[in-house]
Parts: sequence; structure tokens; C-alpha cells
Amino acid sequence: MGKVNRREFFEEFIANKAQQTGTTSLAEDPIYNKYANKERPRGLAKTTGTLSKYTGQWTENEVTHLLRRTMFGVTYEDVVAFKGKTMEQCVDELLSTQAKPYPPLNNYQTSTYTDPTGVLLDQPWVNAPYGDSTVNSKRRLSMTSWWIEQMLNQKRNITEKMVFFWHNHFATEYIVVAYAHMMYNHHNILRDNAMGNFKKMVRDITTDPAMLRYLNGYLNTKTAPDENYARELFELFTLGKNYKPIYTEDDIKAAAKILTGWRYRTSDWSSYFSSGLHETSNKKFSSFFGGVTINGRTGTDGAKETDDLIDLIFTKQEVAKFIVRKLYRYFVYYDVDFNTELNIIIPLAQQFMNSNWEIKPVLETLLKSDHFYDMLSQDCFIRTPVDYVIGTFRTFDIQLPVSWNSDNRYKIYNYLRYYMGLLGCEPNLPPNVAGWPAFYQEPDFYEKWINSTTMPRRMEFMDLMLGSGFSAGTGTAIKIDPMHLAKKLPSPGAGDPNALIDFYVDLLLGIGISKTLKDQLKISNLLQGQSQDYYWTTAWGTYLGQPNTTNTNLVKSRLVSLLTELTHLAEHNLC
Amino acid sequence: MKRRDFLKLSQAASLAYMINGSPIRTLASNPVLELLAKQTATSGRVMVLIQLIGGNDGLNMVIPLDRYSELSAARSNILIPSTKVLALNGSTTTGLHPSMTGIRDLYDNGLMNIVQSVGYPDPNFSHFRATDIWMSGSDSNQFINTGWLGRYLDTKYPGFPSGYPNANMPDPLAIEIGSRTSTLFQGADVNMSMSISSIDSFYNIVNGTVDPAPNTPAGHELKFIRYIKQQTEQYNNVIQKAASLAQNKSPLWPASGNRLADQLKIVSRLIAGGLKTPIYIVNLGGFDTHSQQTDATDTTIGNHANLLGWISEAVAAFFDDCKLLDTHERVAAMTFSEFGRRIKANASGGTDHGTTQPLMVFGDGVNPGIIGKSPTLPANASTGDNLPMQHDYRTVYSAILADWFQVDTNTMNQILMKNYQIQPVFKKTIDVADTSEYGSDDILGQNYPNPFTKETTITFGSEGGLTTIQLFDVNGRLVNNVLQKEMSRGKHQITINRNGLPPGQYFYKLTNGRNKSTKRLVIAD
Repeated sequence: MGKVNRREFFEEFIANKAQQTGTTSLAEDPIYNKYANKERPRGLAKTTGTLSKYTGQWTENEVTHLLRRTMFGVTYEDVVAFKGKTMEQCVDELLSTQAKPYPPLNNYQTSTYTDPTGVLLDQPWVNAPYGDSTVNSKRRLSMTSWWIEQMLNQKRNITEKMVFFWHNHFATEYIVVAYAHMMYNHHNILRDNAMGNFKKMVRDITTDPAMLRYLNGYLNTKTAPDENYARELFELFTLGKNYKPIYTEDDIKAAAKILTGWRYRTSDWSSYFSSGLHETSNKKFSSFFGGVTINGRTGTDGAKETDDLIDLIFTKQEVAKFIVRKLYRYFVYYDVDFNTELNIIIPLAQQFMNSNWEIKPVLETLLKSDHFYDMLSQDCFIRTPVDYVIGTFRTFDIQLPVSWNSDNRYKIYNYLRYYMGLLGCEPNLPPNVAGWPAFYQEPDFYEKWINSTTMPRRMEFMDLMLGSGFSAGTGTAIKIDPMHLAKKLPSPGAGDPNALIDFYVDLLLGIGISKTLKDQLKISNLLQGQSQDYYWTTAWGTYLGQPNTTNTNLVKSRLVSLLTELTHLAEHNLC
Repeated sequence: MKRRDFLKLSQAASLAYMINGSPIRTLASNPVLELLAKQTATSGRVMVLIQLIGGNDGLNMVIPLDRYSELSAARSNILIPSTKVLALNGSTTTGLHPSMTGIRDLYDNGLMNIVQSVGYPDPNFSHFRATDIWMSGSDSNQFINTGWLGRYLDTKYPGFPSGYPNANMPDPLAIEIGSRTSTLFQGADVNMSMSISSIDSFYNIVNGTVDPAPNTPAGHELKFIRYIKQQTEQYNNVIQKAASLAQNKSPLWPASGNRLADQLKIVSRLIAGGLKTPIYIVNLGGFDTHSQQTDATDTTIGNHANLLGWISEAVAAFFDDCKLLDTHERVAAMTFSEFGRRIKANASGGTDHGTTQPLMVFGDGVNPGIIGKSPTLPANASTGDNLPMQHDYRTVYSAILADWFQVDTNTMNQILMKNYQIQPVFKKTIDVADTSEYGSDDILGQNYPNPFTKETTITFGSEGGLTTIQLFDVNGRLVNNVLQKEMSRGKHQITINRNGLPPGQYFYKLTNGRNKSTKRLVIAD
């Protein structure tokens, strides 16, 4: 078993962190600071809708809202499929259980490099031994690429958005976790429990080798208890902290003692309990926890104290409220006002506890509620970098060549990982254990995604994808084919410039635009400054009839110009 | 010199060193020259393209008085009465539409050039394709997905957008107002222009405001993103600053209702406010006059008359504004459309898509007058008859590149993909007949060796600051920007490579602050 090269990890860490913008640079961004919330937004018309089941109209508007909030971007096919169903059928489909994806592959074999543990190209490495730090580094990138592939290829299902939710919640950085196998196994806890039982997930995470490494649990020992994990378990993973009365510092110390003794193995990537390292004394908790004592246990039974601790935490309704609020902010809006607390958070938290911490029923209630579909709940979510990048691929239906093996595919995914980092959110590399501040930090929350650095980069991403595209070393430029999406428009077809603009606007913009602006976009882009629609209709018809270079480029250049303007609109960043 | 460095040097288009044909030396104390010398260091020439969308009926705009009977036969229903045609000073053959008094005055004041019957072989009658041809500079049957000005900017600002904005070019390379024209500024990799989508969005930038949004969560976030977007768009700050430094001054600007004037007001402010942007494009739509081109009873009024009146009013106000803002020496403008219209009017009181058109070029720098003759018209034009071409549109583009932007011949041939004749639309920038302009050897020494075959060295003096040395051929055409650099005070030397130039006589010219000197050199085989 080789040794992890810490220095190499550290260098990679610095390189990647320097590109991320979501956190550190904002303090020095005067434009951001001028316009972002300095306090909770006041005086806005807010929904007073409740959790009662939504019975209103089920049109493209509601369908698109549901799809955008539960998936990354929206596709034409998804809208069509859901328009033909009822609201309840749609939500049920989104919440259905997904088959576990095939694991990440050896994408890293080259003419000069082969996997030292014998894994062949396009074969999974997850059951192979560690190897050495070089192959481990390659596998870590492979793992994130694989994850991005799952996002790109998501079915009509909420799973990928929930996996990302839990990744942000139980945040770990691949740089610190270090072992590719641990990253993958940690990821599977999030994926397996994405809509499952929250209490079970917390228990799994508590002794997950990746988390033991990330928050020093593996160093936690009776002679020198390490409070790192215990503190985050309370503050970030379950109870939260903005309320009174609250747990005490002594409670954290007691929890840290309970958690002494957990270690991991790199032979089979499991964790185990080492009773000799466990603090066996009784642990007394404050009045917040009813003054209970968790009795110390000896030998292998010491591990059961961890279950006792989880049981104790899950007696508290604060856990339910904390998680439900976070889900609300992830799916609806960040500003939880009095009505929302009363009508949504408290009843959903009650349901969460009543269902013994099952996640799916809570999501179902929220996503089928009047509150969720209220017009005032729509279009107010600022798309995350992941949503922006993956959504662009999905909405424009950008497909990689089917003949490609994982070598080429992962090169493209790795480029997307890099670009998400440029936009402030690289998967597997959150700023710290709290996740990305855009998901939790008052009072600006996801306004943080849009700042002096990231706003131009978002537009540059669209310029890139509408222009030359990128090949990331594959030799093939991956880019938007503007005609491909336009051709999907059913009767009257893309030859009708008004229908085409409506079609694009519905798929690309989170909030609609005025008829005046649509007309302006139509005239300046599709009609070449003319007023008669038939100039575009003719050009499109000519292209369909004879798609030679001249006819193709005639419509393509105009579509690119239209799509550039549309995707540069502020509205393209909302959903 | 490496090609890349060479291109960098070519960026620095120099300024008009010669006013109204007078050699520079005699103008040494002329305030205009001082202004020009000042501008040499801070800014350059500007070309404003005015796109007339829809296909402009040139025959009713620039009216061939010497073909009036043929014209009457072809289009009696829309014919401008000869008594109403505006006469042009010194021309018996050509007049202007009666609504164009402002442009008539520009012509009469020597600020306008008309190029007759401009087009290209095998003309295309489709708005889209014809527009693409004009924008790309291609042949009729050739597909080019870059724009002619995109290619020009590519050579002038290599590598854009990486490394831009920078100290040399802090401003947009080109600005489009009102509409995004798809290919004009498309370079090999990226579009080189900044688009200001509407008049409103310009004033939003200037005032730091955004469009109104509803008072809802969605509206709240939308407004936030709009603000960040506006404040971080690369060039909005320089636009805002330039607009704040200059206000429109001309009393000729129309109060409202002239869309072209609204755009040119912006352009004038940005130029006067100090933007180094060399190219602007504005547009006016509505020229696709298949029917009701004129009023049914009075052919001097109606749709086309309104359009031409707007152009005239806007262009006249624009150049008056430039004069009042002291930018007129370095601003030129040109109108163009995707095509002209048919000779024979149709029964709907309009004209159908045609071929060639007259181009109008304005500014202090143009050679006043008319290039070419009135178009030849058949005695009895039939529906299918079209105006024959006199001038390929790229011969006018050549003039803009060579004589206005002072692009060297090789680069220009690359941009236009062929070697086109250069229409004498602009005045020459150096009077090669003037050999009296020899300055002191302290300023500019004789090159050595001279004649030379491979390379030669020039000794020159600088008072410090921007110092340029340019090489011109015997026709006064810039062939090489030898030097353009901030120099320290004192004596310097520079070696020139022949760079493939043919043998013959050349002139090299030094400019440094108020010091200017020209000397002759000879290249021999």
C-alpha cells in the first residue's frame, strides 16, 4: 500500500482554490458589495401559499418551474413529457428511485501510462487497490468527471440535484479526503440516501472514512479528544445554531468523547472501532438535551455510544427545522419570512419527524404544494454554477460522440469541472466544511454566485459554447449546434420567428421578457432589421430544403447572434 | 521584424498631417495642426458606418439629372420633379432628393464624396445573403464567416480579447448601436465589437440605472443581476466615463423621432469623450420600399422621403456636433445598404430589390466630389433591368483601410483577400510632391546606407514622448510603420528591414510632438 503524497495534494489545492471566487474575493468586490443584499430583502410581495396541495393550472409555466428547480436546466423533451401528465404524476416521477450508476472508469490510460494495479482502460477502478499517489490523483479526477457525467445524463429525476444538495451539506474537499476510493464511497452515501432516511445518512457519515479524514475523526482519541467532527455534527450537519437556548460547549466535548476510537482502513476502505482508543466514561449533556447522560461503554460496545449520540440529537426538533429550512432555500427561495416559517417550515419539520426522518415525503409535500407553484415563488432562484454549465449542455442537447470512450468523455467533463470552478463552484471542492456560502450565508445567499468575476465568465461561457466550443484535448470541438434545438420546435416550426423566440425564451430564461424586447430581438437578429417575418421564414425554409454551407450559415449566424443576446440577459441566470 | 511585432506597429494609425493640400510645415503655427498633433498621441481616426437596412433606392436619392428622361420613363409614378431636385455645387449631372438639404450643404461645403454605382459582380437579391456579402467583403459566390472589419481589427489588435483592454487600447474596438449585425465584426475567433442593444440601454449605462423590474422576489434578484451585469460588462465603465466627459452641442439635432440621429448623438458623445474606438456602426431600417415609396400625389414626400430626411438631418447634425466638439478632423462616415433598387418602379408605387447603389462618404478627410458617372439607364427600362456596376464595393473598403486607417498594402490585401483598386475617396495623408519638407538632421538624419538592398539605419532625435517613423511609397501610401513608441529625449537609431518592398523611391517621416521631418530613401536590388 503506497503512501499519499501530501505535498502534491497541497499544491493542487492551492492551484484550484485560487480559481474559485465564491467566497474570499467578495469582500474586495465593490460592485458586488454595492448591489447585493445588506439585509433581508424588504417590502417584496411574497407568497402566502401553504403546503396544501396545488390544484391550479398545469401548463408549460408550472412544468418548467418544477423541472428547473428539481433538475439542472430544462430540456424540451422533459417539458413535453410533463405537460402530458398531472402535477402529482410529475412529482412522483421525479422522486422515484434511480438505479445506481455504473462506477467511474479508468480514463487515464495512455500510450505511456498504465494503471499500476492492472485496471484497464474503460474499466472501473473502484474495486482495485490504492496503487500509488499518481494513479490516485488520476482517479480523483476520474471520480469528479464521472459525477459530472451523471449530472449531464440525468433522467427525469431529482436525484442529481439532491446528491449535490447533500454534497454541499456534508461538504468534503477531495484535496483533504485525498483518497479517490474514499471520495467515491462517501459520494455513494449521499447518493444512496439522497431521498432516503436522514438519520441513517447522518449515522453513515459519522463513521465514513472520508469524513473521518476530513474532520480529523480518525485522530480522535481518549487521551486527546478532537472536537472537530462533534462541533460540525451539531452546528452544520444536524442542529444548526441560530436559536436559543442552544447546546453548550460541554455538549460538544461530551460528543467528541463519545466519538473517540473510530479509525479507517485503506485495505478495504472501511472504518472500524478501536476500543482501546475510546473514552469510556459517562457523558453528561446540558439541559438543552434534557440533562441526559450517555453511559460509557467498554470494548466493542463503545461503538454503540455513537448510535446513542445520534439518537439523542434526533430527539430535537431543531434538526428537522434546520434541514427543512435548508431544503426550502435550495428549492424555493432563500428568504424565510414569518409566514414561510409558520406555514411551511414548521409543518414540514413536523412531517419530517413524524415520518421518522424520511426525506422523500418532505420533498413530496413541498413540491406538490400551493406555496411551491405560487407565481411569487417562481423565477427567483439564481442558478448555481453547476446548474448553469450542466443546464446549458442539457437545454441545448449537446451530445458527445457516441463512439467515445471514457478517455475523451472525461476530458470534456474535466473541462466542465474546471469551468464550474471558474464560476465559483467546483464539485468536490467546496471552500470548507460549511459548503458554499451561497447556500447558507445571510443576507445575500445565492446572490454570491453573481459577482464582478463570475458574471462576465458566465457570458464568456455562452460565447464559447455558441462560438468555437472547446475540445479539451479530444480533437473535437464540443459546442452548441444552434439549429439542433430550433428544429425541435413543433408546428409552426422554427420558420415562425415569433414562435422560435417564444420557444427559446421559455427554455433559456428563468423569467419571461416583454413583447417589445422579443420583437426587438427578432427584428435585429432574425429579420436583419426588416419588419416582415417572411424574410426569416424563407431563410429557414431554404436551409431546411438545402442545408449547404451558404444556406446553413445564413441561418446559423443569425441564430448565434440571437442566442448570444438571449443568454447574456440577466434573466438567463434565474430559474 | 517579426510579423506579430509588425502588426502591433501597424495598429497605430497616424493622423492627417496635411490639411487641404497644404504642406504641414507651413501650418506649424496653425491651431488645427496643434490639435492634430495632440490627437496623434491620444486618439485616432474614426469611421462611422451608417447601415440603411432594406435596400435603399439610390436612384431617388442621388438623382442622375443627365439621365432624367430615361428616369422619367422608368418611374413616373415615384419620380422626383426635376425642379425639386437639390442641385449640388459644381455638378450639372447629379442632384439630391429634396428632403436632403442638410447633406446638400455638406456637399457644397466640400465635406462629402459620392461613389456612384457601387456593387459586385453577380449581385444577390436576398436581404440576408446580400447583407452578409457586404459585411464579410466576399464575392457573390463565396462564403466567408468573418467580417471585413473583424479581419481588420484582428490585424490591428492581434490576440483580442486576451490581454484587452490594455493601456494602448482601453476601449471597445468597435461599437454597434441599435442592432447586432451578425458578421461585420466577426474576427477569426471572436466578435470584436461591443453591442449597445438600444438607445435606452446606452442611457442606462450612462446613468447607472437598469430597466424596471417587479417588486417580487424574482424582480429583486433580476434587478440585482442586471446591476452586476451592467457594472461589470467590460467596457461599460469607459462608455460611462466618455459620455460624462462630452455633451452634444449642435443646435441641429432634431428634438425627437429621428432614430438615426438618436444613435449618432451617442456616437458623437463617445468620440468627443475620448474613446479610442475606431469604428462605429449605426443603422436605420425601413428601406425595403416595395410599395408606397412616395406619397401618391406628391412624390417628394412619403416613406422614402422621410427616411432620406432623417439621414440628412442626422448626418448634418452629427458633423456639426463634431465640429463644435473639435473631433471633425478625424471623423468620417459612410452610408451603405445591402443593395439598391430596381430602375423601373412597380405598380404599387414602390421599387423592388436591385443591384448597385451610390455610397455617400462624409467628413473633413474626404475628397469632395463624385466618383464615377451617373448610372446608365435604358431608354425604356423593363422590370428586369438593373443598374450596371461601376465600382466594386471593396474598392471603397480599400480606400477606408488604406487611406483612412492607413493600413499597409500587404495587410490590406490580406483583409480583403485580393488586391483592389483604391477609390480616391479620401485625401492623401502626405503630399509626396512636397520635397521641401526637409527638416534639420538633428531631428531626422539621412539613412545609411542609401540606396540599400536589405536594411538601412536611420538616426533621429526625440524630445521624448511618442515618436513615430513611417515609410511611404511614391504615391503617398503608407507601406510600413517603422516605429511607434514612447522614446526618451536624445538621439536614437533604428534599423529598417526592406520587408519585401519593391525597389524604388520612398519617403520616411518622423513625428514627435510638434517636430516633423521627412526624408527620401531609395531601395535598390
